[in-house]
Amino acid sequence: MTAVLSQTQYETVVGLEVHVQLKTASKLFCACANHFGDKPNQNTCPVCLALPGVLPVLNEQALNFAVRLGLALNCQIASRSKFDRKQYFYPDLPKAYQISQFDQPVCENGYLMLSNGKKVRILRAHMEEDAGKLVHSGADGLAGSDYSLVDLNRAGTPLVEIVSLPDISSGEEAQEYMTQIRNIVRYLDVCDGNLEEGSMRCDANVSIRPVGQIELGVKTEVKNMNSFKAVRRAVESEVERQIQLVESGQRVVQESRLWNDATGTTITMRSKEEAHDYRYFPEPDLRPLTLDPAWVESIRKELPQLPAQRLEKLTKTFGLSEYDAGILVEFKELGDFFEATAAICQNYKAITNWLMGDITAALKTEKWTLDQTKLTPQALAELINLVDATTISNAIAKKLLPELISAGGSPEALVKEKGMAQVSDEAAIRAMIQPILDANPQQLTDYRAGKDKLFGFFVGQVMKASQGAVNPEMLNQILKAMLAGP
Amino acid sequence: MAFQGALEIHRQIQEGKITAVSVLKQSLQAIAQQDLDIGAFLSVHGETALAEAAAVDAKVSAGETLPLLAGVPIAIKDNINVTGMPTTCASNILTGYISPYNATVIEKIKTAGLPIVGKTNLDEFAMGSSTENSALKVTRNPWNHHCVPGGSSGGSAAAVAGAMVPLSLGSDTGGSVRQPASLCGLVGMKPTYGLVSRYGLVAFGSSLDQISPFAGDVADAAALLQLIAGFDPLDSTTLKTETPDYLTTLEQLPSNLRIGVIQELNGEGMQPEVAENFAQMIELCQKQLGASIQTISMSGIQPAIAAYYIVATAEASSNLARFDGVRYGQRKKTTGDVHAMYRKTRAEGFGPEVTRRIMLGTFCLSSGYYDAYYGKAQRARALLRKQFQEAYGQVDLLICPTSPTTAFKIGEKASDPLSMYLSDIATIPVNLAGIPAISIPSGFDKSGLPMGLQILGPRLSENKIFQVARAIEQVTGYHHLLPPALAQTVAQ
Ligand SMILES: [Zn+2]
Repeated sequence: MTAVLSQTQYETVVGLEVHVQLKTASKLFCACANHFGDKPNQNTCPVCLALPGVLPVLNEQALNFAVRLGLALNCQIASRSKFDRKQYFYPDLPKAYQISQFDQPVCENGYLMLSNGKKVRILRAHMEEDAGKLVHSGADGLAGSDYSLVDLNRAGTPLVEIVSLPDISSGEEAQEYMTQIRNIVRYLDVCDGNLEEGSMRCDANVSIRPVGQIELGVKTEVKNMNSFKAVRRAVESEVERQIQLVESGQRVVQESRLWNDATGTTITMRSKEEAHDYRYFPEPDLRPLTLDPAWVESIRKELPQLPAQRLEKLTKTFGLSEYDAGILVEFKELGDFFEATAAICQNYKAITNWLMGDITAALKTEKWTLDQTKLTPQALAELINLVDATTISNAIAKKLLPELISAGGSPEALVKEKGMAQVSDEAAIRAMIQPILDANPQQLTDYRAGKDKLFGFFVGQVMKASQGAVNPEMLNQILKAMLAGP
Repeated sequence: MAFQGALEIHRQIQEGKITAVSVLKQSLQAIAQQDLDIGAFLSVHGETALAEAAAVDAKVSAGETLPLLAGVPIAIKDNINVTGMPTTCASNILTGYISPYNATVIEKIKTAGLPIVGKTNLDEFAMGSSTENSALKVTRNPWNHHCVPGGSSGGSAAAVAGAMVPLSLGSDTGGSVRQPASLCGLVGMKPTYGLVSRYGLVAFGSSLDQISPFAGDVADAAALLQLIAGFDPLDSTTLKTETPDYLTTLEQLPSNLRIGVIQELNGEGMQPEVAENFAQMIELCQKQLGASIQTISMSGIQPAIAAYYIVATAEASSNLARFDGVRYGQRKKTTGDVHAMYRKTRAEGFGPEVTRRIMLGTFCLSSGYYDAYYGKAQRARALLRKQFQEAYGQVDLLICPTSPTTAFKIGEKASDPLSMYLSDIATIPVNLAGIPAISIPSGFDKSGLPMGLQILGPRLSENKIFQVARAIEQVTGYHHLLPPALAQTVAQ
């Protein structure tokens, strides 16, 4: 995004730090369930409570997930890696240090391609443990509260922190970058990818500089964006603020700022901003990691289809529009259903329309997900084939859908059972029309006298009598001829 | 009645000659009689121990074969967690803390059926060489009650030397088991780093700490180490080795034994009697064991003390950060914010030596100083490791006096931490290199205080160290000697 206030044009420079909560069965360094919504401190043990004398043991599944994620982000996977202690005091951090990775992360040097063709480089993706949660009484934060309660259910949850280089140049790009990561973690099935519920979190390092300047401006760190749209809005708002400051002769101060979604602005965080010295040093309780390249390769081979691959397939192989393909990529379940249906039905446009139209609408009404329904790709393919073969009309197909969703079954069988097959036989259609003409002599006379608009009346009557089972094109043709008179 | 060796007691229990309960009662009685003077124990747990002893007797009655050392009472240094018992680390900051879990070594000890008699005194958080840094109690050397028992595992040493228990566990970070063993006339064995699980040992220097046994003789020490050693899925730094068996081959002596004398640990700063005694030990190895002796020079020894006090304090500053008053132990009330609470809790909860080391370690890890201190210390450590490796290319084992002096008077060095630090020069390099070493009794000075010989070997050479130590012990006969005053009481 660029903005012009004075003569100067400014360029937006953004780097994102994205925290991804891995949905492993257990925590990163102990056997406690990695699960939310339970009673406070229910999922804790001596290790994640940091009782005197306990030791961490690395969760292999978490390492596997981190490597999968690194590979999907086009990273190099380190052959040697290690953990370090990041030290600071806070009541939600039981050991008073976080086990993280300082100088030898598991994944390095990756990238993501944005839809505008821009490559956003990823500096690193490292593993670390999450902290617990504080519940304050009488204030928003620790400061000023009457008392604060500590819930350590989340303490020790595995995280991967993905750090991009400042290659992002707008709020829109920031939103797309986040959306892509969300799609990737969902495709890999390593994280729920839910910003609203905090299974993904994002901090944006935002700065501006006059276009053409190479040196980076002073950055602020913007936190607390709880949706993808908020990421875009927060970046845009912060850029506006920085431009205003610079234009009015002031300076941008390096600080952390909190995004307020309601006001659409960022505010400075009231932390004292003492320069943190985390006193990193190698975690002596864990051995350095040696990652066997053959093991990494085996993980690479088992990677599922990734969002970028699906997007290319949907647009190139199936000829879908960028928009349609984008939706089918974003909603993985729909995309999966599309591909399964497309394997047995060539009317890709119809599959897309059904999925994004009536099916999505039905799911929304019932608050279902696709896999909670009885609808199968086979059934959808059959339904589309019946319409294409003019065995049934589109209207009939739409009527069948709710039953296919709630009870399942084969559309062909249903059509037969209910006698819903479309009438395409000329004699049969004539036989249906004649009684209508006989029953409405006045309207017939009026039509023949020039009241063309009554054509619709006769179509409606026939459709009503046949319960919509008449081939509409044939009906038009034959009805016109019969109305014209013998 | 004097305590016999742990293995002998165990044999008699197994054979039904004595009961585990009677042995335990003797132990509890000895504690009741002596410990007011000695001060080895911080807590005694007679009831649970009696139940454990009774369970052993029941097995004997049922004709079962007992696990090794079953029925032998044991004392545990109070920085090792036992479910239901306090873990104080001899610090005020843990006042009121009861452990809800067992250390892995405790699981093994309980499974084997060794009644846990009590928890023993130590320098606060194992930081010290005399047990004088305990915030809770003074522990006296059973050989001379005016003297320190050594440290930091002084309580565990005094408990065995005072014949209150035949076995105990300590922890050795820079000599904390070998030095008190030397000062109390006992065997103390620091195993290879990673041989014994640290899970449940309150961490001081994570890359240096090893839980280590005290015993009256080499066989008992070997038996106890055998019992507690082995890979532990709860401790990622344990080695994936087979469960060792030291006892089967204990009486064999390696042939063509080559022993090295570390030049830098022979002479300077040593009490003359210690130097003299060491010369006798060299001669013993030559003449009685048929060993060839050569002098080995290691330039990495001198920098080791500085390197040790950087690595150990750096790790300690981090390990002790969790004592913040939020979840357990003492919390000091303040009117200020949470950081004020941290400051007050920690300032009042930790003693001066612990505070000193936390500050040292924090400084060494600070941004801008890391490379000059921690980085450099790690390089010194790597050099020392390499030099030990080279030395073991020329000799099988190395020997030196465990401590440059015998036990000193209580209060004598308390105001001079530096001289206290320097007295650990012979034991510290072993922890930095992660290698095993034993201290065995080697004689007495003019005032009758015990001296110790340290035998060092390459990684996982415990078997050979035990064999040679056993051979020396058989020549000297210094094992199982009771302090004169105690021997008199026992004889009555
Ligand atoms: Zn846990």
